[in-house]
Amino acid sequence: MNKFIVSGTPHVRSKDSIQGIMRDVLIALTPAALMGIYVFGLNALVIMVISIASAIFFEFLYQKLMKKPVTITDLSAAVTGLLLAMNMPSGAPYWMPIVGSAFAIIIAKQLFGGLGQNFINPALAARAFLLASYPTAMTTWPAASHAVVDTASSASQAVDAVTVATPLALLKAGSITTVTSSDMINAFVGTVGGCIGETSAIALIIGGIYLIVRHVISWRIPVIYIATVFVLTAAIGRNGVRVPHYEILVGGLMLGAFFMATDYASSPVTPKGQIIMALGCGLLTTLIRIFGGYPEGVSYSILIMNLCVPLIDRFTEPKIFGAPEVKKA
Amino acid sequence: MQALTFKRGVHPPDGKALSAEQPIKVILPKENSELFFPMSQHIGAPCEPLVAVGDYVKVGQKIAESPAFMSSPIFSSISGEVVDIRPMLVPGGNMVKSIVIKNDAKMVEAEGLNQAHDYTTMSNEEILACIKDAGVVGLGGAGFPTHVKLNPPKDQPIDYILINAAECEPYLTCDYRIMLEESERVVRGLQVMLKLHPNAKGVIGIEMNKPKAIEAMTKACEGISNITVQPLVTKFPQGSEKHLIYSITKREVKSGALPASAGCIVDNVDTVVAIERALFKGRPLMRRIVTVTGGAVKNPGNYKIRIGMTFRDIIEAIGGFKEENPPAKLIAGGPMMGPTLYTLDVATVKTSSGLLCFTAEEAFIPEERNCIRCAKCVDHCPMGLMPFMLNQFAIRGDGENFVKHHGLDCIECGSCSYECPAKRQLAQSIRATKKIEAGKKAAAAAKARAEAEAAKAKNS
Repeated sequence: MNKFIVSGTPHVRSKDSIQGIMRDVLIALTPAALMGIYVFGLNALVIMVISIASAIFFEFLYQKLMKKPVTITDLSAAVTGLLLAMNMPSGAPYWMPIVGSAFAIIIAKQLFGGLGQNFINPALAARAFLLASYPTAMTTWPAASHAVVDTASSASQAVDAVTVATPLALLKAGSITTVTSSDMINAFVGTVGGCIGETSAIALIIGGIYLIVRHVISWRIPVIYIATVFVLTAAIGRNGVRVPHYEILVGGLMLGAFFMATDYASSPVTPKGQIIMALGCGLLTTLIRIFGGYPEGVSYSILIMNLCVPLIDRFTEPKIFGAPEVKKA
Repeated sequence: MQALTFKRGVHPPDGKALSAEQPIKVILPKENSELFFPMSQHIGAPCEPLVAVGDYVKVGQKIAESPAFMSSPIFSSISGEVVDIRPMLVPGGNMVKSIVIKNDAKMVEAEGLNQAHDYTTMSNEEILACIKDAGVVGLGGAGFPTHVKLNPPKDQPIDYILINAAECEPYLTCDYRIMLEESERVVRGLQVMLKLHPNAKGVIGIEMNKPKAIEAMTKACEGISNITVQPLVTKFPQGSEKHLIYSITKREVKSGALPASAGCIVDNVDTVVAIERALFKGRPLMRRIVTVTGGAVKNPGNYKIRIGMTFRDIIEAIGGFKEENPPAKLIAGGPMMGPTLYTLDVATVKTSSGLLCFTAEEAFIPEERNCIRCAKCVDHCPMGLMPFMLNQFAIRGDGENFVKHHGLDCIECGSCSYECPAKRQLAQSIRATKKIEAGKKAAAAAKARAEAEAAKAKNS
């Protein structure tokens, strides 16, 4: 007699998979990664390759040692590795992405239960760890090549064109009083100082739109996050300068808003919660940038909001369909 | 007309092309084959047999009933001898006491059959009695006795009678064929229902992926002022009672309440046809349309069967399975909500709408991975629940939190499991925990009742 499979409903499943989602994220990061190589040279590529390879290796190693099923084919470790590299300066020593990947994969991800269980973004946690441990190496910015338009700030540094200050540091120091259209173009294209993957706003926006169109992420976190920073920097200003249109293009905001704050495991699942997360990130980023000790606040603001996610989810549970109306006391 | 819908939901591939254009074919049980009539084919009190082993029964003869109001009688769909009364497997996996009748293939009809009624001159009570005496229950799947549904409490006036023709389950096409081939009957049946609730509007809700059905029904309703056809967005679970009501009327049926509380009565297309047959033809419920489909079936199509045939009888009558691609999974109903069968020797009942035979490839169950909190289940749950969280409570056996986070409101539509990229068994685990918690709730209620009665007895 034939044997038939007996199982619970439903009997059909969508074609979506974790691997497919992670592949989409990698595709979405490609334009920004290519711009990173174009702007910062082959060294950027080397850092990215080392970071991705070591992230995959540490995931494999941990799962082998712990006798767990090896899940490196789901590509999530590759995403973490690439994001970490994109959050590092291209001049970082080659051992640094290895240490960072080990921290991201083993400490931030696997020790808390692996995929989906990490309460903070692994790549950002590793970046914060590296920034605290090796502050000089993590904040030495090799100059960008191929500047579309030479500007006053890039020209003044051209004398000593090995390292540069990032636009955010210049804003903080008050060296920028007006933003010219050349500054805007450089920030938009990505020919400014900064981490490998954060400088090209246009490439990151293209990748972000791809993720939204593919339903991998919702528009809520990136759009509201960027809008909040725009509104707050316009309202507060710094050193009497109000250049919100420039502020949102420079630093890690685009990378953070589209790719880091939207990390599934460490962002809220409810629509309302995602809005709160985005508002919180925007507020903290602006406060750190303007009043804090660091020029950039994207990483820390996302990490702080990551910690609030369980609380946010708890208080933003959606109203169920057909819920009895709450009687007024 | 603007197509209406509800919030969230999913879009599984509909698989209807296999059988949609196959006209309804009548298949009759073979001579000497045994038909099974389970005593419980509806929600409510099970029936008791009115016949004994050795009796000769005729087509349309009432063979079982219950004195309870919330029940529905059962009729023989063939003529022949009662050879046994024993437990038989029904879809869903239960063994139910069943009358076994051996078909003599003579189709001798019972006396008093085929007496048409003129419903326009009948009182509401007479119409309801006629529907009850024809054994009509909700044929969409739940099997709620229709005479009970059509007679809601007096303090709940009915504003809408909605005909559920969404047929949102993939693969099933029986309702579609009924609308194309028996559209006048659907309209006449609905008119009977509207006679009972003269202030109500009749609305036939059909998904947009069935334009021919919309056309046919619109034509059949022409000139009837209180019946309209409403196109609906093609989306699962559009045919869920609560979601159909919301789509058409924008009213929400409150948690735990019945549609009548929102002024609505919802009945499936085939149920309406059963009402029409009871009134206009004087025939009780003995046949139904079943979609037999799936990659393993040689001749997928829509078949008018005699209720009581086994799925094996049906498969044999329609040419069997493909030799090169045998079935690996049998599903009674659609792929989103239909229970699986472990054998073909299962009796069809009033609510059997389909038999889906999946090949090994179609039946593939992907490996479960970690939840990545992508929130797709939250974004698609038509009830607004958080399935990934309920899944965690289910795994931990945390019934208290499961109930607190509305686990019992889950309609088990399977949208969460369908969407999940980690292929987690969300709906499956929620269903299991629902059973446990609903059982606990019922036990607690029973205990409270018993204690209250004991206290009363003590005091008196």
